[in-house]
Amino acid sequence: MKIKINGVDKTLDVDPEMPLLWALRDILGLTGTKYGCGEALCGACTVHLDGHAVRACVTPVRRADGKAVTTIEGLSADGSHPLQKAWLELRVPQCGFCQAGQIMSAAALLAANPHPSDADIDQSMAGNLCRCGTYTRIRTAIKKAAGDK
Amino acid sequence: MQRLLLAVVLAGCGGSKPPATPAPVELRPLAANELHTVAELEAIPNRSQRSLALFAEMTRVITHPRCINCHPAGDSPHQRWMEPHDPPVVRGPASNGVAGMECTTCHQDRNQPLTRVPGAPGWHLAPLEMAWVGKSPAQLCTQLKDPKRNGGKTLDQLVEHNAHDKLVAWGWDPGADREPAPGTQEQFGALTAAWVQTGAECPTEKP
Repeated sequence: MKIKINGVDKTLDVDPEMPLLWALRDILGLTGTKYGCGEALCGACTVHLDGHAVRACVTPVRRADGKAVTTIEGLSADGSHPLQKAWLELRVPQCGFCQAGQIMSAAALLAANPHPSDADIDQSMAGNLCRCGTYTRIRTAIKKAAGDK
Repeated sequence: MQRLLLAVVLAGCGGSKPPATPAPVELRPLAANELHTVAELEAIPNRSQRSLALFAEMTRVITHPRCINCHPAGDSPHQRWMEPHDPPVVRGPASNGVAGMECTTCHQDRNQPLTRVPGAPGWHLAPLEMAWVGKSPAQLCTQLKDPKRNGGKTLDQLVEHNAHDKLVAWGWDPGADREPAPGTQEQFGALTAAWVQTGAECPTEKP
Protein backbone atom coordinates (compact mmCIF):
# COMPACT_ATOMS: atom_id res chain seq x y z
CA MET A 1 0.00 0.00 0.00
CA LYS A 2 1.16 3.47 -0.85
CA ILE A 3 0.35 6.23 1.60
CA LYS A 4 1.57 9.79 1.74
CA ILE A 5 2.44 10.32 5.37
CA ASN A 6 3.14 13.86 6.49
CA GLY A 7 3.90 14.77 2.91
CA VAL A 8 6.26 11.88 2.24
CA ASP A 9 5.33 8.91 0.04
CA LYS A 10 5.63 5.64 1.93
CA THR A 11 5.10 2.04 0.89
CA LEU A 12 3.75 -0.22 3.61
CA ASP A 13 3.87 -3.99 3.32
CA VAL A 14 1.53 -4.85 6.17
CA ASP A 15 -1.76 -6.63 6.74
CA PRO A 16 -4.38 -4.35 5.16
CA GLU A 17 -6.54 -4.80 8.24
CA MET A 18 -3.78 -3.58 10.58
CA PRO A 19 -5.01 -0.52 12.47
CA LEU A 20 -3.44 2.61 11.02
CA LEU A 21 -2.26 3.48 14.52
CA TRP A 22 -0.12 0.33 14.63
CA ALA A 23 1.45 1.18 11.30
CA LEU A 24 2.17 4.74 12.38
CA ARG A 25 3.65 3.89 15.74
CA ASP A 26 5.24 0.45 15.29
CA ILE A 27 6.24 0.48 11.63
CA LEU A 28 6.94 4.14 10.95
CA GLY A 29 8.00 5.22 14.44
CA LEU A 30 5.57 8.14 14.57
CA THR A 31 4.75 7.85 18.26
CA GLY A 32 3.18 11.27 18.67
CA THR A 33 -0.18 9.69 17.97
CA LYS A 34 -1.29 7.91 21.14
CA TYR A 35 -3.09 4.69 21.90
CA GLY A 36 -5.89 5.41 24.36
CA CYS A 37 -8.97 3.20 24.41
CA GLY A 38 -8.46 1.29 21.16
CA GLU A 39 -12.21 1.51 20.45
CA ALA A 40 -12.66 5.00 18.96
CA LEU A 41 -14.10 6.25 22.21
CA CYS A 42 -11.40 8.64 23.47
CA GLY A 43 -9.91 10.42 20.45
CA ALA A 44 -6.25 10.13 21.56
CA CYS A 45 -5.31 8.49 18.25
CA THR A 46 -6.86 11.11 15.96
CA VAL A 47 -5.02 11.78 12.70
CA HIS A 48 -6.11 13.27 9.38
CA LEU A 49 -6.96 11.18 6.35
CA ASP A 50 -7.13 13.46 3.32
CA GLY A 51 -7.86 16.25 5.76
CA HIS A 52 -10.65 14.49 7.65
CA ALA A 53 -10.20 13.46 11.26
CA VAL A 54 -10.18 9.69 11.78
CA ARG A 55 -9.50 7.50 14.77
CA ALA A 56 -6.35 5.64 13.78
CA CYS A 57 -7.00 2.85 16.29
CA VAL A 58 -10.03 1.58 14.34
CA THR A 59 -9.05 2.65 10.84
CA PRO A 60 -7.60 -0.22 8.81
CA VAL A 61 -4.49 0.67 6.84
CA ARG A 62 -6.27 -0.30 3.62
CA ARG A 63 -8.55 2.73 4.02
CA ALA A 64 -5.49 4.98 3.75
CA ASP A 65 -4.13 3.32 0.62
CA GLY A 66 -3.52 6.00 -1.99
CA LYS A 67 -4.42 8.77 0.43
CA ALA A 68 -2.65 11.33 2.59
CA VAL A 69 -2.25 10.86 6.32
CA THR A 70 -1.23 13.71 8.59
CA THR A 71 -0.17 13.07 12.15
CA ILE A 72 0.72 15.51 14.89
CA GLU A 73 4.32 15.34 13.65
CA GLY A 74 3.22 16.63 10.26
CA LEU A 75 0.76 19.30 11.32
CA SER A 76 3.55 21.83 10.86
CA ALA A 77 7.26 21.54 10.19
CA ASP A 78 8.29 23.45 13.28
CA GLY A 79 5.38 23.51 15.68
CA SER A 80 4.14 26.77 14.23
CA HIS A 81 0.57 25.77 13.49
CA PRO A 82 -1.70 28.33 15.19
CA LEU A 83 -3.15 25.60 17.37
CA GLN A 84 0.28 24.44 18.51
CA LYS A 85 1.26 28.01 19.32
CA ALA A 86 -1.99 28.62 21.21
CA TRP A 87 -1.58 25.34 23.07
CA LEU A 88 1.86 26.41 24.25
CA GLU A 89 0.89 29.95 25.08
CA LEU A 90 -2.13 28.92 27.14
CA ARG A 91 -0.37 25.90 28.62
CA VAL A 92 -3.31 23.72 27.70
CA PRO A 93 -1.94 20.25 28.57
CA GLN A 94 -1.73 18.79 32.01
CA CYS A 95 -0.50 15.23 31.60
CA GLY A 96 -0.57 15.71 27.83
CA PHE A 97 -1.48 12.20 26.75
CA CYS A 98 -4.65 13.18 24.90
CA GLN A 99 -3.36 16.44 23.48
CA ALA A 100 -2.09 15.24 20.09
CA GLY A 101 -5.56 13.91 19.38
CA GLN A 102 -7.17 17.07 20.70
CA ILE A 103 -5.04 19.24 18.42
CA MET A 104 -5.68 17.08 15.36
CA SER A 105 -9.46 17.20 15.89
CA ALA A 106 -9.26 20.94 16.45
CA ALA A 107 -7.19 21.34 13.27
CA ALA A 108 -9.81 19.47 11.26
CA LEU A 109 -12.45 21.73 12.76
CA LEU A 110 -10.61 24.95 11.95
CA ALA A 111 -9.83 23.81 8.42
CA ALA A 112 -13.56 23.48 7.76
CA ASN A 113 -14.79 26.23 10.04
CA PRO A 114 -12.16 28.95 10.63
CA HIS A 115 -14.25 30.78 13.24
CA PRO A 116 -16.18 28.21 15.25
CA SER A 117 -18.63 29.12 17.96
CA ASP A 118 -18.47 27.55 21.41
CA ALA A 119 -21.19 25.13 20.30
CA ASP A 120 -19.26 24.24 17.15
CA ILE A 121 -16.18 23.50 19.25
CA ASP A 122 -18.12 21.42 21.74
CA GLN A 123 -19.70 19.36 18.97
CA SER A 124 -16.48 18.75 17.08
CA MET A 125 -14.43 17.99 20.18
CA ALA A 126 -17.05 15.84 21.92
CA GLY A 127 -15.21 12.63 21.05
CA ASN A 128 -11.87 13.72 22.50
CA LEU A 129 -11.64 12.92 26.18
CA CYS A 130 -9.25 14.60 28.61
CA ARG A 131 -9.15 12.96 32.00
CA CYS A 132 -7.21 15.92 33.37
CA GLY A 133 -10.18 18.09 32.50
CA THR A 134 -8.46 20.67 30.35
CA TYR A 135 -11.58 21.25 28.30
CA THR A 136 -11.96 24.96 29.08
CA ARG A 137 -8.35 25.63 28.09
CA ILE A 138 -8.78 23.57 24.93
CA ARG A 139 -11.79 25.63 23.92
CA THR A 140 -9.97 28.88 24.69
CA ALA A 141 -6.95 27.78 22.70
CA ILE A 142 -9.05 26.89 19.68
CA LYS A 143 -10.65 30.31 19.76
CA LYS A 144 -7.22 31.90 20.12
CA ALA A 145 -5.89 29.94 17.17
CA ALA A 146 -8.91 31.09 15.21
CA GLY A 147 -8.02 34.68 16.05
CA ASP A 148 -11.22 35.10 18.01
CA LYS A 149 -9.72 35.61 21.48
CA MET B 1 -44.25 -14.45 19.86
CA GLN B 2 -46.53 -12.69 17.53
CA ARG B 3 -49.92 -13.85 16.36
CA LEU B 4 -51.47 -12.10 13.43
CA LEU B 5 -55.12 -12.59 12.75
CA LEU B 6 -56.51 -11.20 9.58
CA ALA B 7 -60.05 -11.13 8.33
CA VAL B 8 -60.85 -12.93 5.15
CA VAL B 9 -64.12 -12.08 3.47
CA LEU B 10 -65.56 -15.33 2.32
CA ALA B 11 -67.34 -15.33 -0.97
CA GLY B 12 -70.91 -14.47 -0.18
CA CYS B 13 -72.91 -14.14 -3.35
CA GLY B 14 -75.95 -16.11 -2.33
CA GLY B 15 -79.06 -14.08 -3.10
CA SER B 16 -80.77 -12.82 0.03
CA LYS B 17 -78.33 -14.38 2.47
CA PRO B 18 -76.59 -11.88 4.73
CA PRO B 19 -72.93 -11.20 3.95
CA ALA B 20 -70.67 -13.90 5.21
CA THR B 21 -68.77 -13.15 8.38
CA PRO B 22 -65.07 -12.63 7.72
CA ALA B 23 -63.13 -15.61 8.90
CA PRO B 24 -59.73 -14.92 10.37
CA VAL B 25 -56.60 -16.10 8.64
CA GLU B 26 -54.31 -17.35 11.30
CA LEU B 27 -50.66 -16.99 10.48
CA ARG B 28 -48.01 -19.01 12.20
CA PRO B 29 -46.66 -17.55 15.43
CA LEU B 30 -43.33 -15.84 14.99
CA ALA B 31 -40.19 -15.60 17.03
CA ALA B 32 -38.93 -12.06 17.51
CA ASN B 33 -36.22 -12.53 14.90
CA GLU B 34 -38.56 -13.83 12.19
CA LEU B 35 -40.78 -12.28 9.56
CA HIS B 36 -43.80 -13.71 7.84
CA THR B 37 -42.90 -14.33 4.23
CA VAL B 38 -44.72 -12.99 1.20
CA ALA B 39 -45.87 -16.54 0.46
CA GLU B 40 -47.45 -16.86 3.89
CA LEU B 41 -49.24 -13.54 3.55
CA GLU B 42 -50.67 -14.62 0.19
CA ALA B 43 -53.16 -16.60 2.28
CA ILE B 44 -54.99 -13.29 2.68
CA PRO B 45 -57.24 -13.17 -0.38
CA ASN B 46 -58.26 -9.53 -0.15
CA ARG B 47 -55.65 -7.48 -1.98
CA SER B 48 -56.01 -4.41 0.20
CA GLN B 49 -55.86 -6.37 3.43
CA ARG B 50 -52.87 -8.29 2.12
CA SER B 51 -51.12 -5.01 1.34
CA LEU B 52 -51.76 -3.80 4.88
CA ALA B 53 -50.45 -7.06 6.29
CA LEU B 54 -47.32 -6.78 4.16
CA PHE B 55 -46.70 -3.28 5.47
CA ALA B 56 -47.33 -4.39 9.04
CA GLU B 57 -44.58 -6.95 8.53
CA MET B 58 -42.28 -4.29 7.08
CA THR B 59 -42.79 -2.10 10.15
CA ARG B 60 -41.28 -4.83 12.29
CA VAL B 61 -38.03 -4.14 10.45
CA ILE B 62 -38.41 -0.37 10.15
CA THR B 63 -39.05 0.11 13.87
CA HIS B 64 -36.28 -2.25 14.97
CA PRO B 65 -33.44 -0.44 16.77
CA ARG B 66 -30.93 -1.55 14.11
CA CYS B 67 -32.86 0.60 11.65
CA ILE B 68 -34.54 3.32 13.68
CA ASN B 69 -31.44 4.22 15.71
CA CYS B 70 -30.09 6.12 12.72
CA HIS B 71 -33.44 7.62 11.71
CA PRO B 72 -33.70 9.94 14.74
CA ALA B 73 -36.23 12.75 15.01
CA GLY B 74 -33.53 14.99 16.47
CA ASP B 75 -29.89 15.72 15.78
CA SER B 76 -28.27 12.73 17.46
CA PRO B 77 -28.47 9.04 16.67
CA HIS B 78 -29.08 6.25 19.13
CA GLN B 79 -27.31 2.98 19.70
CA ARG B 80 -28.11 -0.41 21.19
CA TRP B 81 -31.75 -0.24 22.38
CA MET B 82 -32.38 3.44 21.61
CA GLU B 83 -29.73 4.64 24.03
CA PRO B 84 -27.92 7.90 23.30
CA HIS B 85 -24.92 7.47 21.01
CA ASP B 86 -21.62 7.31 22.86
CA PRO B 87 -19.57 9.42 22.24
CA PRO B 88 -22.08 12.23 21.83
CA VAL B 89 -22.34 13.10 18.16
CA VAL B 90 -24.50 15.46 16.15
CA ARG B 91 -26.06 15.25 12.73
CA GLY B 92 -24.25 18.16 11.07
CA PRO B 93 -25.35 19.93 7.89
CA ALA B 94 -25.19 16.84 5.66
CA SER B 95 -26.30 14.24 8.25
CA ASN B 96 -22.77 12.80 8.36
CA GLY B 97 -21.46 14.59 11.44
CA VAL B 98 -19.41 17.75 11.84
CA ALA B 99 -15.81 18.62 10.99
CA GLY B 100 -13.52 16.70 13.30
CA MET B 101 -16.36 14.40 14.32
CA GLU B 102 -17.84 12.89 11.20
CA CYS B 103 -19.60 9.54 11.19
CA THR B 104 -16.64 8.09 9.29
CA THR B 105 -14.18 9.48 11.81
CA CYS B 106 -14.88 6.22 13.64
CA HIS B 107 -17.18 4.07 11.47
CA GLN B 108 -15.49 2.11 8.69
CA ASP B 109 -16.91 0.41 5.61
CA ARG B 110 -17.45 -2.80 7.55
CA ASN B 111 -17.83 -3.94 11.15
CA GLN B 112 -14.66 -3.97 13.21
CA PRO B 113 -14.87 -7.23 15.17
CA LEU B 114 -12.08 -6.54 17.66
CA THR B 115 -13.26 -3.08 18.63
CA ARG B 116 -16.98 -3.73 18.12
CA VAL B 117 -17.34 -0.48 16.17
CA PRO B 118 -20.11 -1.09 13.63
CA GLY B 119 -19.53 -0.15 10.01
CA ALA B 120 -20.90 -0.31 6.50
CA PRO B 121 -20.34 1.63 3.29
CA GLY B 122 -21.58 5.20 3.48
CA TRP B 123 -22.30 5.22 7.22
CA HIS B 124 -24.45 8.28 7.96
CA LEU B 125 -27.69 9.40 9.54
CA ALA B 126 -30.95 9.47 7.65
CA PRO B 127 -31.83 13.10 6.89
CA LEU B 128 -34.23 14.73 9.31
CA GLU B 129 -37.11 14.54 6.84
CA MET B 130 -36.64 10.77 6.93
CA ALA B 131 -36.95 10.59 10.73
CA TRP B 132 -38.80 7.52 11.95
CA VAL B 133 -38.55 7.81 15.74
CA GLY B 134 -41.94 8.51 17.31
CA LYS B 135 -43.91 7.84 14.13
CA SER B 136 -46.96 5.57 14.01
CA PRO B 137 -47.18 2.87 11.31
CA ALA B 138 -49.66 5.07 9.43
CA GLN B 139 -47.27 8.00 9.54
CA LEU B 140 -44.32 5.84 8.53
CA CYS B 141 -46.26 4.45 5.60
CA THR B 142 -47.28 7.80 4.14
CA GLN B 143 -43.74 9.08 4.72
CA LEU B 144 -42.18 6.14 2.88
CA LYS B 145 -44.38 6.86 -0.14
CA ASP B 146 -43.60 10.58 -0.17
CA PRO B 147 -40.55 11.40 -2.34
CA LYS B 148 -40.00 14.55 -0.29
CA ARG B 149 -39.52 12.39 2.79
CA ASN B 150 -38.06 9.18 1.37
CA GLY B 151 -34.93 10.48 -0.30
CA GLY B 152 -36.67 11.28 -3.59
CA LYS B 153 -37.47 7.66 -4.38
CA THR B 154 -40.19 6.17 -6.49
CA LEU B 155 -41.82 3.09 -5.05
CA ASP B 156 -39.72 0.92 -7.36
CA GLN B 157 -36.58 2.64 -6.12
CA LEU B 158 -37.76 2.08 -2.57
CA VAL B 159 -38.03 -1.64 -3.30
CA GLU B 160 -34.50 -1.64 -4.70
CA HIS B 161 -33.21 0.33 -1.71
CA ASN B 162 -34.77 -2.00 0.85
CA ALA B 163 -33.66 -5.10 -1.04
CA HIS B 164 -30.08 -4.23 -1.92
CA ASP B 165 -28.72 -1.09 -0.25
CA LYS B 166 -25.51 -1.94 1.58
CA LEU B 167 -26.16 0.32 4.55
CA VAL B 168 -29.64 -1.16 4.90
CA ALA B 169 -28.01 -4.60 4.73
CA TRP B 170 -26.05 -3.81 7.89
CA GLY B 171 -29.31 -4.16 9.83
CA TRP B 172 -29.06 -7.94 9.44
CA ASP B 173 -25.30 -8.10 9.94
CA PRO B 174 -24.72 -5.67 12.79
CA GLY B 175 -21.71 -7.38 14.30
CA ALA B 176 -20.67 -7.85 17.92
CA ASP B 177 -23.59 -8.70 20.21
CA ARG B 178 -26.15 -6.49 18.48
CA GLU B 179 -29.50 -8.09 17.70
CA PRO B 180 -30.14 -8.12 13.96
CA ALA B 181 -33.35 -6.79 12.47
CA PRO B 182 -35.95 -9.58 12.08
CA GLY B 183 -35.86 -11.83 9.04
CA THR B 184 -33.43 -11.14 6.22
CA GLN B 185 -32.87 -8.28 3.81
CA GLU B 186 -34.06 -10.56 1.02
CA GLN B 187 -37.35 -11.06 2.87
CA PHE B 188 -37.61 -7.35 3.60
CA GLY B 189 -37.09 -6.53 -0.06
CA ALA B 190 -39.66 -9.13 -1.10
CA LEU B 191 -42.18 -7.78 1.40
CA THR B 192 -41.63 -4.26 0.08
CA ALA B 193 -42.04 -5.40 -3.51
CA ALA B 194 -45.24 -7.29 -2.69
CA TRP B 195 -46.56 -4.31 -0.74
CA VAL B 196 -45.99 -2.06 -3.75
CA GLN B 197 -47.55 -4.62 -6.09
CA THR B 198 -50.66 -4.79 -3.92
CA GLY B 199 -51.21 -1.06 -4.03
CA ALA B 200 -48.88 0.10 -1.26
CA GLU B 201 -51.81 0.45 1.11
CA CYS B 202 -51.30 2.41 4.31
CA PRO B 203 -52.96 1.75 7.64
CA THR B 204 -55.21 4.40 9.08
CA GLU B 205 -54.58 6.02 12.43
CA LYS B 206 -56.37 4.33 15.28
CA PRO B 207 -58.53 6.79 17.21
